[in-house]
Amino acid sequence: MVFFIIILGPRISERALELLNLPNDGVPKLLLDIGCGSGLSGETLSENGHHWIGYDISQSMLDIAVEREVEGDVLLGDMGQGLGLRPGVVDGAISISAVQWLCYADKSSHEPRMRLKAFFGSLYRCLARGARAVLQLYAENMNQSEMIMTYAMRAGFSGGVVVDWPHSSKARKEYLVLTCGPASLQTALPKGKGEDGEMCSDEDDSDDDENQTVGVYERNRPRKKLKVNKKGKSKGKQWVLKKKEQMRRKGNDVPPDSKYTARKRKAYF
Amino acid sequence: MRLLTHNMLSCNIKGVTNGFPLKLEADKWVTKEVDLNADFLRGIFPKIEWSALLAAARVLGFAELPEQADASMLSSDDFLRRFHHALLELHVEEGALVCPETGRKFPINKGIPNMLLHEDEV
Repeated sequence: MVFFIIILGPRISERALELLNLPNDGVPKLLLDIGCGSGLSGETLSENGHHWIGYDISQSMLDIAVEREVEGDVLLGDMGQGLGLRPGVVDGAISISAVQWLCYADKSSHEPRMRLKAFFGSLYRCLARGARAVLQLYAENMNQSEMIMTYAMRAGFSGGVVVDWPHSSKARKEYLVLTCGPASLQTALPKGKGEDGEMCSDEDDSDDDENQTVGVYERNRPRKKLKVNKKGKSKGKQWVLKKKEQMRRKGNDVPPDSKYTARKRKAYF
Repeated sequence: MRLLTHNMLSCNIKGVTNGFPLKLEADKWVTKEVDLNADFLRGIFPKIEWSALLAAARVLGFAELPEQADASMLSSDDFLRRFHHALLELHVEEGALVCPETGRKFPINKGIPNMLLHEDEV
């Protein structure tokens, strides 16, 4: 099991670093690695020439990092207590599979919401303007994803989710990409990997489709999400008419079709 | 822990209004040489609180930094070498970081500062 994680690790942190979208000027940056553990992801940052400060709540993991002589400084700390860094000093932050732990109340006095607020507030403050935070998450359910997103937005971040390999239960990875500051061209998100339909079947058959939802969130203006199927088409009028006919055959009470049925409504991205 | 990190850390205890800089106490420290990167130094300089770096370097026995520093000094190789040494080559192994307002000590062991807050400090 540990072997498996080591193999996957560098690719995930490489992807996170890529999503940070740092300027390609060859100048080393000061980055954070939140939940740095034994220093695997930090090594990716070092290999790319950057300085980093790592946070983890596990003394034993940090001891391993020190034994492995990682180049970043590591701190024993609880991100839910706030990061304790001066404003605007950090050029970017990554986190691999750690932030979802904020959603669990492990101590009776620490409500998840307070911890999320402390974390995202302190993260926002310590990032330089225009800097990004890329948080690779394993959210247990939609509630967790939404809670995390809500507190990120409240702290002032704009951003969205990039999903790599959405149709593979094994390979699927979600990256919450947050930018410090208002949304702009700089905050445009790249496509997730595996979105080009290489794994899809030919027909959009049923509502059991694994639909891919691309959500872009801005702090002040929540946007409507456009549901797209694997081929990138939206569920159009034909599909709606077909479904209504199916329901009628089942004996359900379905309003009659008219010129308004499945009329195109304005969709926002 | 290097002085680069020390220069960024601020005390997080509830109610503390000015937790920076944390006072450095060092019982054991080492020098680890790393390559100097002038671009990095020039980039990070505007973010450094110079007096905090000066004081921390002195605790570690390094008194070669000028009292005041401004960006024009970044063109001097000599200045860059001293800045680089203080910021990146001095590693505190054992010691403590002390909150300037409350006096609370955050211990440093094996180079790792323990910044965990107690229940009543959150």
